[in-house]
Amino acid sequence: MASLVIAEHNHASILGATLPTVTAAAQCAGEVHILVAGHNAGPAAAAAAHIAGVSKVIHADGESLAHGLAENVAQQVLALAGNYSHILFAATPSGKNIAPRVAASLDVAQCSDITKVVSADTFERPVYAGNAITTVQSSDATRVLTVRTTAFGAAASLGGAAAVETVAAVADSGLCSWVTSEIAKSTRPDLSAARTIVSGGRALGSAEHFDAVLTPLADKLGAAIGASRAAVDAGYAANDLQVGQTGKIVAPELYVACGISGAIQHLAGMKDAKVIVAINKDAEAPIFSVADYGLVEDLFVAVPLWVQTA
Amino acid sequence: MKILVAVKRVVDYNVRVRVLADASGVDTKNVKMSMNPFDEIAVEEAVRLKEQGLATEVIAVSCGTSQCQETLRTALALGADRAILVETSADADFELQPLAVAKLLNALVAREQPGLVILGKQAIDDDANQTGQMLAALANMPQATCVSKVELTDGQARVTREIDGGQEVLSMRLPAVLTADLRLNEPRYVTLPNIMKAKKKPLETIKPEDLGVDVAPRLKTLKVVEPAKRKAGVKVTDVAALLNKLKNEAKVI
Repeated sequence: MASLVIAEHNHASILGATLPTVTAAAQCAGEVHILVAGHNAGPAAAAAAHIAGVSKVIHADGESLAHGLAENVAQQVLALAGNYSHILFAATPSGKNIAPRVAASLDVAQCSDITKVVSADTFERPVYAGNAITTVQSSDATRVLTVRTTAFGAAASLGGAAAVETVAAVADSGLCSWVTSEIAKSTRPDLSAARTIVSGGRALGSAEHFDAVLTPLADKLGAAIGASRAAVDAGYAANDLQVGQTGKIVAPELYVACGISGAIQHLAGMKDAKVIVAINKDAEAPIFSVADYGLVEDLFVAVPLWVQTA
Repeated sequence: MKILVAVKRVVDYNVRVRVLADASGVDTKNVKMSMNPFDEIAVEEAVRLKEQGLATEVIAVSCGTSQCQETLRTALALGADRAILVETSADADFELQPLAVAKLLNALVAREQPGLVILGKQAIDDDANQTGQMLAALANMPQATCVSKVELTDGQARVTREIDGGQEVLSMRLPAVLTADLRLNEPRYVTLPNIMKAKKKPLETIKPEDLGVDVAPRLKTLKVVEPAKRKAGVKVTDVAALLNKLKNEAKVI
């Protein structure tokens, strides 16, 4: 049987999180299909057809799918579910929102945040903030999975030539309606996909300092900005910048932790970075135990100096 | 309107967990256990809605071993009115999984008919982030996960959710399932008089069989191991040395 990947998209294009999910899907079953459920999402469906390794794109288009409401998207997936051995979502806010609704409706368990496909029914996933890796075997006929995108290589976005099949969009559930969204406009790279991340902790002391100190370094490095839970809790940074167990899981080439102590739950979100730099004036901070390069210095001195150094 | 709140007993967030030598799981003996932090936020929100006169009763539910009574007493001390423990096997090999919990909660929803069910968005032990959404599916209710604001009016909930890049507002009819994110509220501290009062509040214990729910696990844990460790790094003396390393050794800038 085939795997079905639920595409992350913005109706116009396919989002990056879809590509590693396709890679995981190909490891689960020989054939990979992809569902693009959206509104006026023809361009996204066309783009999905080019992803290497995808043999069929299923395009459902209608107003009920305009805002990615879990109730409606789950129904759309359920309408197709009978044809698939594996149903995969990226472990993003959207995927995490919808996947369990699908799994429960099918009366199957879900395996969240998989980091490895051991075989068609066996998967690895982190628990306890990544302090343990568990191998689980599913006894269900359909496996519903969310995929930790940093753990799988991205499928090539070009090179495929899948057929696009159109299916009818499901009717609106009538349970829930979208009112409005506020998406912060940013010219920075997306935190989940950034090559470099500059991240700040509680030591920044205020939202003003957080911006004033970290922004110039992020600009210099072309980096995304992240934050520890302590910094988000204290109101220094927006919630969606949170890196950690219950925030974003990132794996950039370079992660620069400024004034972050390194709580277990923060390390869970960034310890797969290729190179970790820690700048902290407390030499005993746990962040130094995972840092490739540690600098024991006041970040208010070190970070501006870095920015000024050519 | 009743509000049902689900709470889970987990290893305290400050405890560094140890993987057992036989790879069967993590050591939960003699470690501090607490209410899952996101569930505390869920209880607080339910209690606040009652204090605003928008709910009549807050019922805390926990599924697990008899020790979950402690967690329920904490919920009662935070302001829940009564508690239900769905007591499951204490056998070390038995694993209660999210689908089973969602089914138990669904059975209690049918019995109690709450207008709102609030859970934490994720438990910090299995990190599954599933139970709320699964319950919503089983009960055919609307759902809002990662909620940072709730407003109730005329049988509707207007809910703000944390999403990628910002927030969205949804309007849903009640009953509905909400899962609490970090910024929904800051839970109150439990005071000694409230702990004393909580001891006198009703706590009912029932079994999964009483609810007609099969709680057999669907996922079999084959092994639990420690993650690969990062190699210890080096300390550098100053910014110039750091930049030199990043340019010439790591080659990342």
